[in-house]
Amino acid sequence: MALVDPGASLPSPRRADRPGALIEMRGIERTYYMGDNVVRALAGVDLTIERGASIAIMGQSGSGKSTMMNILGCLDQPTKGTYALDGRDVSRLSRAELASVRGRMIGFVFQSFNLLSRTTALENVEMPLLYQGLSSRVRRARAEAALERVGLHNRGDHTPNQLSGGQQQRVAIARALVCEAPIIMADEPTGNLDTRTSYEVMAILQGLVAQGITVVLVTHEPDIAAYARRVVTLRDGLVTEDRTQTPVIAGGSMAGDAAAHAAEQAAAAAAGAHP
Amino acid sequence: MNLLTTLRLAFRALWRNKIRTFLTMLGIVFGIGAVIAMVAAGQGAQQSVKDVFDSLGTNVLSVESGGATSFGASGGAGSRASVTWKDFAALQSGEIPTIRWVAPLLTTKSQVASEQGNWNTSVTGTNAIWFQIRNWKTTQGDTFDQDTGEASAKVVVLGSTVATQLFPNANPVGQAIRIAGQPYEVLGVLESKGQGPMGDNDDIVVIPYKTYEQKLAKGLAKYVQGRVLVSMTDDEAADSTIAGITDLLREQHQLKATADDDFRVRNPAEFAKGQQDSTKRISWLLAIVAAVSLAVGGIGVMNIMLVSVIERTREIGIRMAVGATPKDVMTQFLVEALALSAVGGVLGLGVGYLGAYGMAHWIFKWKMFFPATTAAIAFGVSGGVGVLFGLYPAIRASQLDPITALRYES
Repeated sequence: MALVDPGASLPSPRRADRPGALIEMRGIERTYYMGDNVVRALAGVDLTIERGASIAIMGQSGSGKSTMMNILGCLDQPTKGTYALDGRDVSRLSRAELASVRGRMIGFVFQSFNLLSRTTALENVEMPLLYQGLSSRVRRARAEAALERVGLHNRGDHTPNQLSGGQQQRVAIARALVCEAPIIMADEPTGNLDTRTSYEVMAILQGLVAQGITVVLVTHEPDIAAYARRVVTLRDGLVTEDRTQTPVIAGGSMAGDAAAHAAEQAAAAAAGAHP
Repeated sequence: MNLLTTLRLAFRALWRNKIRTFLTMLGIVFGIGAVIAMVAAGQGAQQSVKDVFDSLGTNVLSVESGGATSFGASGGAGSRASVTWKDFAALQSGEIPTIRWVAPLLTTKSQVASEQGNWNTSVTGTNAIWFQIRNWKTTQGDTFDQDTGEASAKVVVLGSTVATQLFPNANPVGQAIRIAGQPYEVLGVLESKGQGPMGDNDDIVVIPYKTYEQKLAKGLAKYVQGRVLVSMTDDEAADSTIAGITDLLREQHQLKATADDDFRVRNPAEFAKGQQDSTKRISWLLAIVAAVSLAVGGIGVMNIMLVSVIERTREIGIRMAVGATPKDVMTQFLVEALALSAVGGVLGLGVGYLGAYGMAHWIFKWKMFFPATTAAIAFGVSGGVGVLFGLYPAIRASQLDPITALRYES
């Protein structure tokens, strides 16, 4: 396997051994029209993200980072510029095509978890697979496996209101993982969590990076951005800073490149801390 | 997403709001139920009208006095005696070739009594031919024959209702009864014809018309104190027969060319057709009212689906974020509306059946109609209502912007 990123060491169908960057944005602009006001949320952004990267997009509110994340996540489309995702131009797709790109390529983790209430953890995790046309047996098996990866295999029949905030966010991560998407977009993933729980969630996300999954963190908190290897800062719709750093390691013993079962360990640690 | 999964999802979503689902469904249940019951009622009414006229005998015309005007005011049918027994004989003469049989029909109400009971019933005076025109046979004994029918014999044939009333435990044949105080010998008992347009067909006693004239009639013996039934050789001859009878009677009555007829020739089949037409119109009206109630039920479905779309905006956003296409979302809500109305439709079938049954057995006492085609159509319609009224909310759901939907606070 010709690995683009040395951190990508686990076999995964959608990862790593393809040429070119995973994400290539050129001259991305996004303009909103609100009555007579014209808001330029993004004013020409160039951004390349390699496969298996760990990147944080930072910025104050109004900096354009939410718009950035919406476009990166194929929830929105740029007014101008091109966006190539895994070599395919996705900047001019129809709503239906965008939806299927999201389903295959991107897993979302939101600040407010966004789990379906009155629906069990397992069913929440299964949900994305409904739109992939898989049989219920395959869905069940893959959802159980995804829950196991976040250390919640014994909580499958719990509904969100029977789970703690950290557990709910881990269910959301399992949901993002279940389609084997190469990218996880995490929008303020710890915004609704206390410090200790935040640490657990970041450990899981770092574990995913170790497995070769590209994790994009969108946050305004430097503490959270510190867990990423690369930090891109936006201001007024432009990239003002793009730096690489040695990430803070959540979950202790994890040494990035080598940890084959990092996610499982992190999950186990998290589960241990939260019996 | 496959259909089974979509259906399961839809039923689960409906089950989550049981009371709301149930109340919304009621609109469809009653809509479909009303349509079915009303269609069944229309068919029942039409059939019962048809039965009435069939029981009068087919190919039969009725001739009676009347139609005279005095000082410009029409007296109406039978207001003045004009049809005589001579006219009757002329009709019988064979002059009009399309006339097959002729029978007088004289009726009055009278008290009849046996040793065991008494009863107020309809007394009919006629000849032996009448039994043939009405195609009415006996279960016991005989009707009167040609000669007896033309004689003033004091004999009687009983309808089955009267026979039961007067002779609850005995064979009436050969027994004596009294009609308006006069003794008559029972010749036979007619088979039951059940309910007719004027009530119980079997609540009748039949005596020879000459006997009737002598014992029961009050007017002049010259005139027919009732109607003359004319049976035709075939249906198609109605118009020419009516024309023939009119010519014959005008001649008999020596009416001037300018004078109005002083008699009436009626064709019950025409009347029946008119009756059936109006019944049909009323049936349509009922069906339209029922359809309106179904439409109201459908609007209820639309309303609740719109509420549901708004309440579940965030869910829609989440589903879209994880890869649901607009079509997936639309299908989900459409199938939900469809499931709602289809289940309502099935329950409505039951309600409609009960309604049709209740009307047929307890209210109108006619034959029960519940044709499979109507039921199938009604079920199809309920599905159509679901799709029709579910479409708009489903399209709205599918057009939601995932970003806005994800941020929606309920």
